Amino acid sequence: MKKTQFSDLNKAMGGKMVEFAGYEMPVEFTGINDEHINVRENVGVFDVSHMGEVWVKGPKAFEFVQKVTTNDVAALSIGKIQYSCFPNGKGGIVDDLLVYYYEEEKYMLVINASNIDKDWAWLQKQNTMGAELENASDNISQIAIQGPNTIKALQSLTDINLSEITYYTFTTGTFAGVDNVIVSATGYTGAGGFELYMYNKDAKKVWNAIFEAGKEIGIKPAGLASRDTLRLEMGFCLYGNDIDDTTSPIEAGLGWITKFVDGNDFIDREFMQNLKDNGVSKRLKGFEMIDRGIPRHDYEIADAEGNVIGRVTSGTMSPMLKKGIGMGYINKGFTKLDTEIYIKVRKRLLKAKIVKLPFYKA
Amino acid sequence: MSAPENLKYTKDHEWVRVEGNEAFVGITQFAQGELGDIVFVEVETAGDELKEGETFGTIEAVKTVSDMFMPISGEVLEFNEKLEDTPELINNNPYGEGWIIKIAIADQSELDTLLDSKQYDELTNS
Repeated sequence: MKKTQFSDLNKAMGGKMVEFAGYEMPVEFTGINDEHINVRENVGVFDVSHMGEVWVKGPKAFEFVQKVTTNDVAALSIGKIQYSCFPNGKGGIVDDLLVYYYEEEKYMLVINASNIDKDWAWLQKQNTMGAELENASDNISQIAIQGPNTIKALQSLTDINLSEITYYTFTTGTFAGVDNVIVSATGYTGAGGFELYMYNKDAKKVWNAIFEAGKEIGIKPAGLASRDTLRLEMGFCLYGNDIDDTTSPIEAGLGWITKFVDGNDFIDREFMQNLKDNGVSKRLKGFEMIDRGIPRHDYEIADAEGNVIGRVTSGTMSPMLKKGIGMGYINKGFTKLDTEIYIKVRKRLLKAKIVKLPFYKA
Repeated sequence: MSAPENLKYTKDHEWVRVEGNEAFVGITQFAQGELGDIVFVEVETAGDELKEGETFGTIEAVKTVSDMFMPISGEVLEFNEKLEDTPELINNNPYGEGWIIKIAIADQSELDTLLDSKQYDELTNS
């Protein structure tokens, strides 16, 4: 099992450690609800060093990223970030990712830990134009500091004016005395905050400085479990649950990152265009429980007569809303807002309804 | 932390507090810690006669669902209704306010098959 630079620090802070995507990661510290609420209302820190980073460089970098991702890379300017996905050549998704336009002829792709090997093999295979690819996943650590008080907690550590970094942009600079830290206004929680990327050798220094600087306002570590409940309250997809090699971005509600503009000749463009034009037979939708109960991954979704009309991909009790929420692929005809559906929880059909995402609005 | 001496325990981490021919049943401190934040308790078996080892309900934490088993045979007399709105009582006070069901004991001799606090501590400390 791989360790991150923070594994031992996480353990020392009381983290309950589990294996996730081959890494020893903290799943929880003081409790999922406590960590979740601390991120929504204050500020929490996640070790997300398991995430992968791939650099794409050289004169062919743009052409390559444009080909392998569905979003329109031409719309990016330097310092901007884009959510995107890799289509798999069969209408499904290899992975979802963030594309950073780092500098002229240089992009950073941030990919899921569980897919690093698969993505790397896929990207190399697609690199027919000769872009320079570098898998830097093992050299880069990543910390997500999330919550409304993030700037208050971190500003003393850097001369970068953190409040000037707008959502989905980044800047590179000195942070906690460490040069070349990427400070990115992104995250997987919807609570605001930053994700920092740094070399492994500098990671502990940055981590310790963050906890020291945030001590007064009650900064706390948070684990993978609350990261999952936070992302689900926002309706963000989790690869492996809500999207995978068999689901298309169109079905997954990711049409907004699938750009059919001139010059964006991505893999599977024609197939996706066809889905978009002719409609899909099922869609990923958010629902909340009307009856008491908690939807879970793989539970069946049914109509009032009990006929199966879909399957739950993610579900939990929402710590903020105090009710069961979930997402799932639901057949055409049942996906309109407020449509009543039923979730098969153990042997019973519990009533739920289709709602708008995000579930939780800050 | 050691388990209270006045209770009996199962290997499935339930506890039993005997009061004459009746008994209260809950889950242990160890079990609630393993589950984490408990968010939902479902008991649909009130009034049912269940055998030892049968499922009497389900407990849901944020990340997991687990069945709860009858520690001994008996009739489920009552579900702790406070848990409907405050399931976290099980986290906060598993041996007291966080009790889950009250049962009528069918066969007192089955109590002898349960673990005492010392045996239970050995189980959870190993």
